[in-house]
Amino acid sequence: MNNIFVYLEIEDGIVAEVSLELLTKGRTLADKLGCKLEALAIGYNLDGVAAQVFPYGVDRLTIADDKRLKYYTTLPHTSIVVKLFKEEKPQIALLGATSVGRDLGPRVSSALFSGLTADCTMLEIGEYEDKKNNKHYDNLLYQIRPAFGGNIVATIVNPECRPQMATVREGVMKKQILDNNYKGEVRCIDVNDYVSNEDFAIEVINRNIEKSKLNIKSAPIIVAGGYGMGSAEGFNMLYELASVLGGEVGASRAAVDAGFCEHERQIGQTGVTVRPKLYIACGISGQIQHIAGMQDSSIIIAINNDPNAPINTIADYVITGNVEDVVPKLIKYYKANTK
Amino acid sequence: MLINFYPRNKLTKQVIRMELKIVVLAKQVPDTRNVGKDAMKEDGTVNRAALPAIFNPEDLNALEQALRLKEKNPGSTVHILTMGPSRAAEVIRESIFRGADGGYLLSGREFAGSDTLATSYALSCALRKIGKIDIIICGRQAIDGDTAQVGPQVAEKLSIPQITYAEEIVDVKDNTIIVKRRLERGTEVVQGKLPMLVTVNGSAAPCRPRHAKLTMKYKLAKTPSEIAEAGLDYTDLLSKKPYLKINELSVADIDHDPKWLGMSGSPTKVKQIESVVFTAKESKRLQPTDAEIDALMKELIVNHTIG
Repeated sequence: MNNIFVYLEIEDGIVAEVSLELLTKGRTLADKLGCKLEALAIGYNLDGVAAQVFPYGVDRLTIADDKRLKYYTTLPHTSIVVKLFKEEKPQIALLGATSVGRDLGPRVSSALFSGLTADCTMLEIGEYEDKKNNKHYDNLLYQIRPAFGGNIVATIVNPECRPQMATVREGVMKKQILDNNYKGEVRCIDVNDYVSNEDFAIEVINRNIEKSKLNIKSAPIIVAGGYGMGSAEGFNMLYELASVLGGEVGASRAAVDAGFCEHERQIGQTGVTVRPKLYIACGISGQIQHIAGMQDSSIIIAINNDPNAPINTIADYVITGNVEDVVPKLIKYYKANTK
Repeated sequence: MLINFYPRNKLTKQVIRMELKIVVLAKQVPDTRNVGKDAMKEDGTVNRAALPAIFNPEDLNALEQALRLKEKNPGSTVHILTMGPSRAAEVIRESIFRGADGGYLLSGREFAGSDTLATSYALSCALRKIGKIDIIICGRQAIDGDTAQVGPQVAEKLSIPQITYAEEIVDVKDNTIIVKRRLERGTEVVQGKLPMLVTVNGSAAPCRPRHAKLTMKYKLAKTPSEIAEAGLDYTDLLSKKPYLKINELSVADIDHDPKWLGMSGSPTKVKQIESVVFTAKESKRLQPTDAEIDALMKELIVNHTIG
C-alpha cells in the first residue's frame, strides 16, 4: 500500500527505455519516501519482463498476461490500472509520455479523480503550504514541467488526490541499474477479474510499427540542424559531418515542421532530450524549447549567421558565419587532423 | 451515464448513409510557438498581450476530419464546443466560416482556474446537454499546455471509448469508425463502434476553408453577449436569419455538481512558476576562417571530444 507504481510500456516483450528510466527515478523517490517501488506489466507473453526490470530496484512486479492484451488498447489497460490502483492505493504513479502513456494516463486520472501532470522534466519530493486553507503537506511529489511553449517552468502538486500521477518523456530521466542481483516479488493477476468484454471495444486491424533505427539519445556526438539549413538538401552536409565524426543528426522543431528531416530526429521539449559529449548546432536560433532538450551537452558549438542568436549564450564555441561555409571546413580539418 | 447512440439510417439506392452528429472540441490559445523577446514580462510572468489568440492548431486538423465526414455523409452536422471567455466565440465563428453548422460557447467565472480534469468535467456536462452525439473530435493537444489530457478525460467522463493520435478518419460505416493512428514509430489502423471520441494529430490534413459564400453569409454571426456588449439590435436579423446566433452555455445550462468545476474541481495546484533562464556560458567566439576552424578541430581532438 501507498507505494510508487511505474506502468511498464512493452513492445514484443521488451520493456521500453522510458519505463526503465522511470524505474530509476521511481527507486530514488521510493528511497526518499521509505516506500516500495512497484512495476505493472500488462500485455501478452510477459515472461521475460521480470529479468529486465528487477535490476532497476523493483520490489514487486504485477503481471497481467492475456492473449487479448497483445496490442495496447485503451479500455482494458484502463480497467486494470484503475481497479489495481483502487486496491493498492499507490501514492505516486509514473507513466511514459508516449502515445501509450498519454492515452492511458488521462483516462485513469479521470476515472480516479487524481491529478495528472504531463511531460514532467523533474520529479522531486517536498512540502507544500496551502495558505488559502491553512494546511501543510509533507512529502508531496513536485511535478516540474515547462509550460507556455517552454517560456515558464511550473511546479505542480496534487495535495489531496492519490495517486499523484505524472508522465515523463523518453530521455528526460537517466536510466541506471541499481543492482544486477536485485530480486523482487512477482505477482500474476487474473485478467478476467479486472476487465470485461466491453473493454475490448477497439480492434487493431493493421499495425505497421518499425523498430527504431535511430538512437539519437545515446549518440556521443550530435550534429543538429535548424530552419537556417534552408532545405532538406541543406541537411545533406550535416549527415556527412555526423558520419565523419561518428555521430547522429538531430533537428529543431522548426526544421522538422518545415519537412527538412523526420520527426524522430527532433530535439527539444516536444522531441527527445539529449546530453551528448559534443553538440554542434547549425542554423539553429535557439528557441527555449530546443535549448531545454540539449543544454546538458558537455560541449556545444553554435554555428549561426546571427551573432546575437539565443543559442550562443549557452554555447562553448560560437562561430558566426554561414553554415554552408563552416560545415565543409569542419569536415575538411577534422579529416586533415586525424590522418 | 452513456451518450445514447441511435443511428439515423437512411436507405437510398442500396447505400446506407448515416447522418452523423459530430461535435468538435476546440480551444482558443495564446500563440506560444512564435514567441518574441517581449513574450515575458520583467517580473517573469507571461505577457499575454504580446501573444495573439489563435485557433489551437490541432483543433483545426480535428475540424477538417469532421468536415470531411460531413461531406461524405450527407445530412451530417458539425458543431463546435469551446470553453473560454467571450472572445473565444471567435473560434466558433472561424469554424462556421470553414464549414461547421454552428457552435456552443461554454463560458462563466465558475470555470476559471480549471485544470484539465475540471475542464473535461465541464465539457462532458455541456456535451450531455447538447444531446446525442455520434462522434466527438478534438485536437490531440493544445499548444499552451501540450498535455493531451482533455480528450481522453472527456471520453472517460462520458464512458465512451477513445481513439487518440488519429491521422485520418478512414471511414464510418455500419455504426463503426475506422481510424488510422500515427504513433512514434509507425501507424496503426483501428476500429470501434460509435459513439467514439477521436483526438487528431498535427500530421493530419490541414483545414481548408470550404465556401467563400458561406463566409459572407455568416459574417454577422455573434453570441448574445457580443450583441449586448456592442449594443446592437439583432431582433429582426435573428428572426430572419437564426443561424447568425452562436449559442452560449453558462453554468446554469448544464447539469453539474459545482464541486467538480473550476478551482475546487482541479486536483492539481500550481505551487510555483518561474520564467526560464538558462545559465549563460563563457563562450569562445570564432571567425569562420580556415585557421580558426583548424585550431578548433585540433583542440577537440586533443581533449578527446572527437576522434
